[in-house]
Amino acid sequence: MKTNDVIIQFTAKIVFFIIFFFSIHIFLAGHYTPGGGFVGGLLTSSAIVLLIITFDINTVRHILPINYTYFTAGGLLLALATAAFPMFVGKPFFTHFFDYFDLPLLGKQSLHTAMLFDTGVYLVVVGVTMTIIQTIGEDE
Amino acid sequence: MLQVLYIFMPIVAALFVPLFYKRMKHIHTGWFVLAVPATLAIIYATYIAQVAKGEVFTAELPWIPSLDISVISYLDGLSLLFSLLITGIGSLVVLYSIFYLDKHKEKLHNFYVYLLLFMSAMLGVVQSDHLITLYFFWELTSISSFLLIGYWYTRDASRLGALKSMLITVGGGLMMLGGFVLLYLMGGTFSIRELITMAPNLAEHPLFTWSLLLLLLGAFTKSAQFPFYIWLPDAMEAPTPVSAYLHSATMVKAGIYLVARFTPIFAASELWVWLVTGVGILTLFWGSFFAVKQTDLKGILAFSTVSQLGLIMSLLGASAVAFHSNDSIDTIKYAAFAAIFHLINHATFKGSLFMIAGIVDHETGTRDIRKLGGLMSIMPISFTVAAIGSLSMAGLPPFNGFLSKEMFLTAMLALQNFEFFGFDTWGALFPIIAWIASIFTFIYSFYFVARTFMGNYKPEQLPHQPHEAPIGMLISPILLATCVIVIFFVPNFIGDTFVKPAVQAIQPFLYTTPQDVDIYVSAWHGHITPELLMTVGIIIVGVLLFVTLPKWQGLYRRFPQAFTLNNAYNKIMQGLDVGLNRLSQRFMTESMRHYLLYMFSGITIIVIGSLFLKDAFRIAWQETSPIRPYELILAVVLVIGTAIVILAKSRLTAIIGLGAVGYTVALFFVIFNAPDLALTQLVIETISVALFLMAFYHLPKLGKREERMKFQLNRAIISIAVGIMVTLVALSAHSQKLIPSISKYYEETVYSLAGGGNIVNVILVDYRGFDTLFEITVLGIAGMGILAMIKLRMNRKEKIHENK
Repeated sequence: MKTNDVIIQFTAKIVFFIIFFFSIHIFLAGHYTPGGGFVGGLLTSSAIVLLIITFDINTVRHILPINYTYFTAGGLLLALATAAFPMFVGKPFFTHFFDYFDLPLLGKQSLHTAMLFDTGVYLVVVGVTMTIIQTIGEDE
Repeated sequence: MLQVLYIFMPIVAALFVPLFYKRMKHIHTGWFVLAVPATLAIIYATYIAQVAKGEVFTAELPWIPSLDISVISYLDGLSLLFSLLITGIGSLVVLYSIFYLDKHKEKLHNFYVYLLLFMSAMLGVVQSDHLITLYFFWELTSISSFLLIGYWYTRDASRLGALKSMLITVGGGLMMLGGFVLLYLMGGTFSIRELITMAPNLAEHPLFTWSLLLLLLGAFTKSAQFPFYIWLPDAMEAPTPVSAYLHSATMVKAGIYLVARFTPIFAASELWVWLVTGVGILTLFWGSFFAVKQTDLKGILAFSTVSQLGLIMSLLGASAVAFHSNDSIDTIKYAAFAAIFHLINHATFKGSLFMIAGIVDHETGTRDIRKLGGLMSIMPISFTVAAIGSLSMAGLPPFNGFLSKEMFLTAMLALQNFEFFGFDTWGALFPIIAWIASIFTFIYSFYFVARTFMGNYKPEQLPHQPHEAPIGMLISPILLATCVIVIFFVPNFIGDTFVKPAVQAIQPFLYTTPQDVDIYVSAWHGHITPELLMTVGIIIVGVLLFVTLPKWQGLYRRFPQAFTLNNAYNKIMQGLDVGLNRLSQRFMTESMRHYLLYMFSGITIIVIGSLFLKDAFRIAWQETSPIRPYELILAVVLVIGTAIVILAKSRLTAIIGLGAVGYTVALFFVIFNAPDLALTQLVIETISVALFLMAFYHLPKLGKREERMKFQLNRAIISIAVGIMVTLVALSAHSQKLIPSISKYYEETVYSLAGGGNIVNVILVDYRGFDTLFEITVLGIAGMGILAMIKLRMNRKEKIHENK
């Protein structure tokens, strides 16, 4: 069955970017305001799911030729590495470090190793959600 | 510190093995691997001089300081001797394997990774002073042995043999862990050295006997003692270098090591003496008796190893008697010396014999002794080595086996002179059984050589045209055979450098320095001793029985198959398999609804039960906020949504109903000021509805089934119970605040300590980061599981495994 939903397809192309950038914002802002890696990852996945629903799974696979299992593995490794890193400098497992920096253009910002860990969470969530949806969706 | 790191050197080297294998195909990977045990052997050799003087070396590497667990390398006479055996024999075996395993056909990277893993594990076992790390390394040897036995994993026999050895040795290892825990409870320390110093107090403890029994179970399973030996013959499915290394020279001696190490603690017990000596001597007899039955070259050697391990075990048991003797019978002091001495000798002659068996297999294509014969003129070097090894095994001069066998007989003869533990009545049995077992040892030693190398040459039965092995393959067995002869001529040099320091470690209460061990080994004592007469008797009876062997070997087949231990093992395994399958089929109905029923009824019974049993259920209406109209409306929507899910006739309506429930819950979070939760709930709901739509086609069609689902009382009861449970828990949680809430702490420290503003997120990534780490791990595993289940669905027609 081939459907031709011009309106939804046109809207989805725009909305996808809105959701995607919002998810990145939510993810980055998580340490101070509502959000974080988990929600951010879910939002990113929902943006991709929107594309899958609007077009179909093969088209989306063509547009975004990503093997999401790498996301999962990479995210897990990143999270574990962030947690394990302090052990090599003589601190207990999972010690986080943070400080405030004056970055060009962005002004005073805080940089936090928790962010790296959260990136790991983000990647795992995107990876797992998309792996599940893609495999179930493709299965005949 | 460095001394601890030596233990891990093989494991670290193992990381690079696949790299060498992939990158440098034209060079045999074994050459790189050979450097590891060779280097370690040289390193450990530098310790010899000082350890022989009675010095000990310790080094510690903290592992889990909070639990007081650290890797402690403790090098005294005993552990240094074992370390040298592991690395020395290890080097020879690796060298041998280079020529034994073809670099093009074999999966060398697997083989050498497992072998190096084993090397580290075994070094850890013999050097660890900490009981927990000892256990850790102990099980690691079982695992690497499992992997090596199953190296040719396409063969049924390899897999079954690997499984059998794993089940028996790991089971014994768990028992041993129990023994260790009991020792810790008694002594309050995990350190073996400290436990030895408090040995007299431990013997009074009520748990003493239990820890003794459990520990011996570990040692007996590992060292293939009766009745646990059945895994060792099946382990012969491993490549021959592995059999020579793990299943003859090193791993099976871990049990011997354990018994030797713990002798100072348990020697006071009568049970220990009887169990170790009795099981040892029984194994000696049993192994030698059944070795004659075997027709597989490696099978003969396996039973012979079982038997020789029994010999060493019985000597260790006898050495414990020395703790009780009042110096009246000096000859019992030979026991510990003979045990260690024979351990060295066994490693040399059995190692060479295994390698020869491998060579014969490699060059002729068969190990079946009925097809072999007359290879002497074709493989003269192999024959010479095999003859040296066998004659030493039979206990004949001028080979090292003669010396240790004599001392063994001395120690066994000494046992009957003791007037305690019932040795005055039963002690006479030991030399008799030892003598009979030695006759059978003599027979199978000759059987091994004569049937392979002498007699009629039967080229038509051999798969390959036989010829002498390449020189590289012969180096290791020749070196070992040279040791066999050299040790005979310089036994006291070996005794002073290796045996006496080890004896001092076994019997610290008798000797303070290795020099105190006043034993002098000599082949000829200047007069005719009872031991010598026994040896002469062994030779005469042995030769007679060997000549008549074809006449009585058939008797073995009369032994009913149903009463063998192997049969018992198979029956138990089959029974467990069938029985447990039947049990699980009773409740594994492949229906998700049934599983949910089990889970929910289980949870409600546990939670509601403990709520009332612990008297934890309270209701207090203080500090409750009034119910606002919004909440009322949302609750009504929630109930309606749930009702739709249950009553809907079409799957699509049900999915939409479920979505409504989820979004309503999100709205609840909104009005309770929990933006993080609300956001997450909204997105999760969106995605899960999408997922449901994806899976729509795969779900059984509800709509086509016209009839309504029947009302089922048990399901109704469980659903209501779950509802009640959640309500009760929520009410009790609100009604009794046992401890102040942690949120105050979070509020105070979120900016100063964690450098964040959003408590929810900081909890996730910082305060409770461990939870998140494990959650994403679980999430990842779940994702991989779904991927595997859907993508890699096994084709049922496809054969599950091939069998070569």
